[in-house]
Amino acid sequence: MQQEVQKYLRYDKLPHIWCPGCGNGIVLGALIRAFAKIGCNQDNTVIVSGIGCSSRASGYLDFNTLHTTHGRALAFATGIKFARPELKVFVLMGDGDAGAIGGNHLIHAARRNIDLTAIIFNNSIYGMTGGQYSPLTPQNSRASTASRGTVERPFDLAELAKAAGATYTARATTYHTSLLTKLICNGANHKGFSLIETVTACPVAYGRRNKMGSGYDMLMWQKEHGIPVEKAKKLTPEELKGNFIIGELYKTEAPEFTEAYQQLIERI
Amino acid sequence: MSAVLPLARLMQGNEAIAEGALAAGARFFAGYPITPSTEIAEILSDKLPTLGGKYIQMEDELGSMAAVIGASLTGLKSMTATSGPGFSLKQENLGFAAMAEVPCVVVNVQRFGPSTGIPTAPAQGDVMQARWGTHGDHSIIALCPDSVQESYSLTVKAFNLSERFRTPVIILTDEVIGHLRERVCLPQPGDLPVVDRKKPPAGLKDYKPYQPGEDGVPVVANFCEGYRFHVTSLVHDESGAPSTNPVVTDKLIKRLHDKLMKNLDEIVLSEFCQTDDAEIVVVAYGAVSRSARRAVKEARAEGIKAGLFRPITIWPFPEKEIASLSRKARAIIVPEMNMGQYRLEVERAAQGNTRVTGVNKVTGELITPSEILAAIKSL
Ligand SMILES: Cc1ncc(C[n+]2csc(CCOP(=O)(O)OP(=O)(O)O)c2C)c(N)n1
Repeated sequence: MQQEVQKYLRYDKLPHIWCPGCGNGIVLGALIRAFAKIGCNQDNTVIVSGIGCSSRASGYLDFNTLHTTHGRALAFATGIKFARPELKVFVLMGDGDAGAIGGNHLIHAARRNIDLTAIIFNNSIYGMTGGQYSPLTPQNSRASTASRGTVERPFDLAELAKAAGATYTARATTYHTSLLTKLICNGANHKGFSLIETVTACPVAYGRRNKMGSGYDMLMWQKEHGIPVEKAKKLTPEELKGNFIIGELYKTEAPEFTEAYQQLIERI
Repeated sequence: MSAVLPLARLMQGNEAIAEGALAAGARFFAGYPITPSTEIAEILSDKLPTLGGKYIQMEDELGSMAAVIGASLTGLKSMTATSGPGFSLKQENLGFAAMAEVPCVVVNVQRFGPSTGIPTAPAQGDVMQARWGTHGDHSIIALCPDSVQESYSLTVKAFNLSERFRTPVIILTDEVIGHLRERVCLPQPGDLPVVDRKKPPAGLKDYKPYQPGEDGVPVVANFCEGYRFHVTSLVHDESGAPSTNPVVTDKLIKRLHDKLMKNLDEIVLSEFCQTDDAEIVVVAYGAVSRSARRAVKEARAEGIKAGLFRPITIWPFPEKEIASLSRKARAIIVPEMNMGQYRLEVERAAQGNTRVTGVNKVTGELITPSEILAAIKSL
């Protein structure tokens, strides 16, 4: 297994740039385990990422990798997948990347139901630029641009994607790593637009300001606050408050964009 | 007539761009509708799928430019078309294409600005944006057609240059040429050379996608055609990996500059019309050069030694050509549908050898031959 997993990394590009306690490496670990599980072919898979700490993950993966501009990863990926539908395409993004500057591309990729597997590293903050609040920062949290706590309400990207037309949405955390691996596999095997949000810790730019302790403490926070879907069903909204749901959130079938276009070509 | 010229027909400038793109082998278009460029998208949305090609209407121009780059990385010749406001939105990823060396063609059918301006009126206000619109020091090619026929042939040329030099190429046309209908004679397939990007030989041991050839151009493999590598618009080394090393950085930026500036003979196209003995040279590009051509003819009829120099490649700037004209001419006139964007460049290249003046019209109308003739006579 070790070898099967390790072949997906560019060892010569390590060590990575992430801070001590950062959860991005855990997401990367789950990702390569998922690659091994689904038997991902490195020669017909493309990894696309945006801009941010998390998006540096593409540089450590031994595939054709494309590190794009902030927020635009899904649009670049759309070009790749549409041009060559036989390729498998994963898209790695931060919460700011996918939810703020790239929000428009997210809803339209979901609407088209284009067969991309989007993995969002949700660390609740703009990590790369040093801790400004993002659209996923919980209300009243502190950030370098919210010294008195954020006033804005946060997004639920899985709900957003579902409403926009995504056919697979799921959420896990860097504590629940085997769940995360499983969800990435399921998302990758699903035909259509799939979104897997990973709650991950940024102790340096988010945790510290919000008195959440070390990277370990933040993992324990994820353990306590991530409520499995089945359990959540039995809880009242009041009981769910302050927590978030993990597991497979939504799954349906719908025509996939590149296939539908191919059918159009064949009809002509 | 049609027996002699079997492919002669009436065509619109924007249509000629779409047809030229298909002839050049373009098989991917991503765009967002905007006047006066929309016909290009409409025609390609209809024709591309008949050739197995792909058309996608993206959510905005940022996304269009991104999708074009993604598609090109897989090996499809890709393009987008837009105008003023959309051209502004393309700039970020246009820089990505320049930095990551991804071939693509961007058409800007210029309309009157700034901002939303007059959507249906012509202008040449994006000359400097075409050169410097994206941030950072970068090189760029921009081509400027003056007829429907040339809209076709320059589009083929644009794809050829983008594939040859792995660079974005801008077709900087304008509302007049884009919407002009005139007679064209399309070349037979095979008459216009079509260039495809170089591919690395299979099975190289230590393949470096960004290692330049002698001409400064790297041989970057298409995605998933036998090599695995990283593409980023961060400063990168020859393997494609990000770097902040000053030596690597300096080498990359200078190579991106030099790969165009040291190959100008292949890139710079221009037309000299009666400039040999000209005392007054009109420098004009795009739709305005049509008025200039007429003005020069009328001036000649009145015994004034006038000539026309028409930059077809407006970027890189025809430095040598302007310098040599400036040594012979008594004056240079640069008529433009802007406040004098190209004139300042001409003045710089003329190095004080001769007087350089402009005819600048910002009414949303084309400059007329008589306006240029009046300027010629006033000198
Ligand atoms: C157009 C643009 N705007 C702003 C930036 C600066 N910037 C770089 S990363 C980033 C935010 C990153 O946050 P997120 O997407 O959540 O990813 P993280 O770093 O937390 O993984 C910003 C604002 C940029 N690179 N490009």
